[in-house]
Amino acid sequence: MSRNRFYIIIGALLVLSYLATHFVDNQYYFFAGFAILQLMVMALAWNILGGYVGYVNFGSAAFFGLGAYSAIVALNLFDASLFAQIITGGCFAALIGFGTGYLTLRLRGVYFAIATLALLVVSETLIVNWEFVGGAAGTYVLPKKNPTILGVLVVGKQNALFDNYKELLFFLMCLIALATIIICSLVENSKLGRGLAALRDSEEAAESMGVPTLRLKLFATTLSASIMGVTGGIFPYYMTFIDPLSAFNLDISVNALAMPLIGGTATWLGPVLGAVVLGTLQQIATVTISSEVNLLIVGLFLVAFVIFAPSGFLGLIEKYWKRGD
Amino acid sequence: MLEIKNLSKNFGGFTALSDILLNVEPGERLGLIGPNGSGKTTLINCISGLIQDYQGEVYFNGENLNSLVAHKRARRGISRSFQIPKPFTSMTVRQNLLIPLEYAVRADDLQGISIEEQADKIIDNLDLNEKSNQLTSGLTQIEMRKLELARAMAVKPKVLISDEAMAGLSSSEVDDILKILITLNETTRITIIMIEHIMRAVMSFSERVICLDAGRIIANGTPDEVIITPAVEKAYLGE
Amino acid sequence: MFSAELFLNAIVIGILLGGFYAALSIGLSISFGLLDIVNIAHPAFIILGAFVCFIFNSHYGFDPILIGIIFAPAFYVLGTLIYRIYYESFEKTGAEDLRGLAFFFGVMFIIEVILIMSFGVDFQMVQADYIDFKATFGVVDIPFRMFVPFVIAMIMTFGLQYFSSRTFFGRAMQAVAQDTLALRLMAIDPARIKRIAFGLSLATCSIAGALLVIVIPIEPSVGRLYIGQVFAIVVLGGLGSQSGTLIAAMLLGLVESMITTFFGPSWSPAVAFGALILVLAFKPTGILGRVGDTRG
Repeated sequence: MSRNRFYIIIGALLVLSYLATHFVDNQYYFFAGFAILQLMVMALAWNILGGYVGYVNFGSAAFFGLGAYSAIVALNLFDASLFAQIITGGCFAALIGFGTGYLTLRLRGVYFAIATLALLVVSETLIVNWEFVGGAAGTYVLPKKNPTILGVLVVGKQNALFDNYKELLFFLMCLIALATIIICSLVENSKLGRGLAALRDSEEAAESMGVPTLRLKLFATTLSASIMGVTGGIFPYYMTFIDPLSAFNLDISVNALAMPLIGGTATWLGPVLGAVVLGTLQQIATVTISSEVNLLIVGLFLVAFVIFAPSGFLGLIEKYWKRGD
Repeated sequence: MLEIKNLSKNFGGFTALSDILLNVEPGERLGLIGPNGSGKTTLINCISGLIQDYQGEVYFNGENLNSLVAHKRARRGISRSFQIPKPFTSMTVRQNLLIPLEYAVRADDLQGISIEEQADKIIDNLDLNEKSNQLTSGLTQIEMRKLELARAMAVKPKVLISDEAMAGLSSSEVDDILKILITLNETTRITIIMIEHIMRAVMSFSERVICLDAGRIIANGTPDEVIITPAVEKAYLGE
Repeated sequence: MFSAELFLNAIVIGILLGGFYAALSIGLSISFGLLDIVNIAHPAFIILGAFVCFIFNSHYGFDPILIGIIFAPAFYVLGTLIYRIYYESFEKTGAEDLRGLAFFFGVMFIIEVILIMSFGVDFQMVQADYIDFKATFGVVDIPFRMFVPFVIAMIMTFGLQYFSSRTFFGRAMQAVAQDTLALRLMAIDPARIKRIAFGLSLATCSIAGALLVIVIPIEPSVGRLYIGQVFAIVVLGGLGSQSGTLIAAMLLGLVESMITTFFGPSWSPAVAFGALILVLAFKPTGILGRVGDTRG
């Protein structure tokens, strides 16, 4: 679709999401919506490195958790606002992403993957042992009462932009998701994106043809990590409680990895599809059966798609489209 | 133009290259021969920069390339094709050429011609027009080889190294590639280093031939001189 | 708070722990070290073996190690099956770097969830006469719940070491990592070798699982804790080197024991992985590894 139409649709979705917070009363929708959007952003971020470059990240939860906990540190040290927390999360995760990449991206992709797992465990262990952020027991976050921006009441019972924090955060998550889609689309259609594709197809050939592969890999890693950090940064405010178990959970990693591989890794549409379909399935399963079944669903879908449909939903759709011609 | 001084490379206990000394003149057509495992591809990898931890120096137009990683050497004008083709499989033939045109070629060297036009010109030279918009999976053997060369040419190099571009091709296909390379050298004065096993191609193409064996240069002269050198015969045929 | 007694016991436990870790990692040193298959589900298969052991021990009272050995062939068959799927779907098409990795990640979760749904999240243990026994030599205690696994682990490690260097098949296994062409010229099918080797790697999980449930109580997610250890050990020891794996396992066991004794157990998960990050950053070939394996 043309660039203009793309941005118009994004804008319309953003407006729609705000209107939804006004007209929808059932809080469950915002809860489920937030969960699915979180999955979507993590999947989009994972795909920047996994799909565009071909490097597997097992430690998505590390960047997410570090984003969340750096937000906590900012809160505890500087009484940081929600906005500042999110920015902190993104910046700190970017730093860690860059560092990890710098240390391991010269090695084979396999070692980068293992290193990301290492990062996850080391981060979790460090946080568990750090009393300042609550250690293993976790820590609480109290959202500010009646916050205002430029004199306008953001959250409150009357005359506010949002009725409660869950709705505000849902809207913010929509904003982050749409912004991430825009970023991914920009990357895909740029010189950078073409370089990443060349690097994914054959790193040696790309390097020999003038593509600065290490630099591009580092960029993709840092961008991916920072988006994950932003998603983590918003998490404490949303949950009002955070502990290492939930922030560094391996489940976060498997979802971030599975959804692009199931939806399709070629463009941003794949992770979005994967997150919507799988995320919705998971929500339904949690409510009707149990929350363990979620992981089983993800695991089975992942294994099935990776074996039988390597190009994901996008690939299947393309195949059946072509068959129709 | 290209000066290689005391180049050596070990892989663990195995010596791939030993004290290589080589000068290549601008516009030269140099053939590089030698039995399998003699170090030819390792030599190219050191020159192009895919291997950086070698001993010795590689000079290009007076500049020591040792600290430069491969993509920087490509930008300076050193380009190579791969023995086993490594096409960008998610892209069409044309898009494959756009990568080096976008990344390796300096803006001034484009001389105002858009990269799409440049790509089309190279595709035309190599007679790949029919497959220009096809993904690389639909290419035949010889078309793959041509794509490798086309991509290396799209770097707009000063030195082009072709690594066994003709392996497994039929006799007329070999002639095709030969013609392309000779024409390239004659019209643009690009230095071409050709690594080949197909002797008739090397002999008819090269102004000078170098033979490697077990990591050392054992012969360096005109094609006629090299082919009758006893050491070369021994290297290929054994005692 | 340093005392000689504490120190000595930490060393003993460290050695026993190292042996146990060697048993956990020996299978991975085959699948990852030799066959270049990043089986991140390796610890999950160990947990599977541990639960199999638990069922038969708690229902029929069989000795845990015996159960592990009896089920090893079943795990072997499972391994050959999984390799077949892996080969057809990923190795053949060259997609093992992304999708192959993801495949094992998915398998790991499937195993874990099936175990949770079958057994719940409670900790389970096995019973055997020797488990509670403790031998004492002066100030040093040797708990048999760790000593017996150590002995079995040593037998396994040296057994596989002997197998790899002295038998024809074992040497073929080593060769498949280094020179597939040479194997083909000798009319040996590399895929068959790899299939058998991978089956072997999974068979070790059956025994390692039995050892695990002797050493500690288990629950389905415990596998996650060991991913770090086993990969760190195999990389640290150098790919493809069984003796390297043993040395690295010992080192890791000792360091972890020291840290747990003097700094507390909450730091020990980071030891293995921290060591791994450092090794990858500075000396990726490990202690006894082959050159040129880790470069991108």
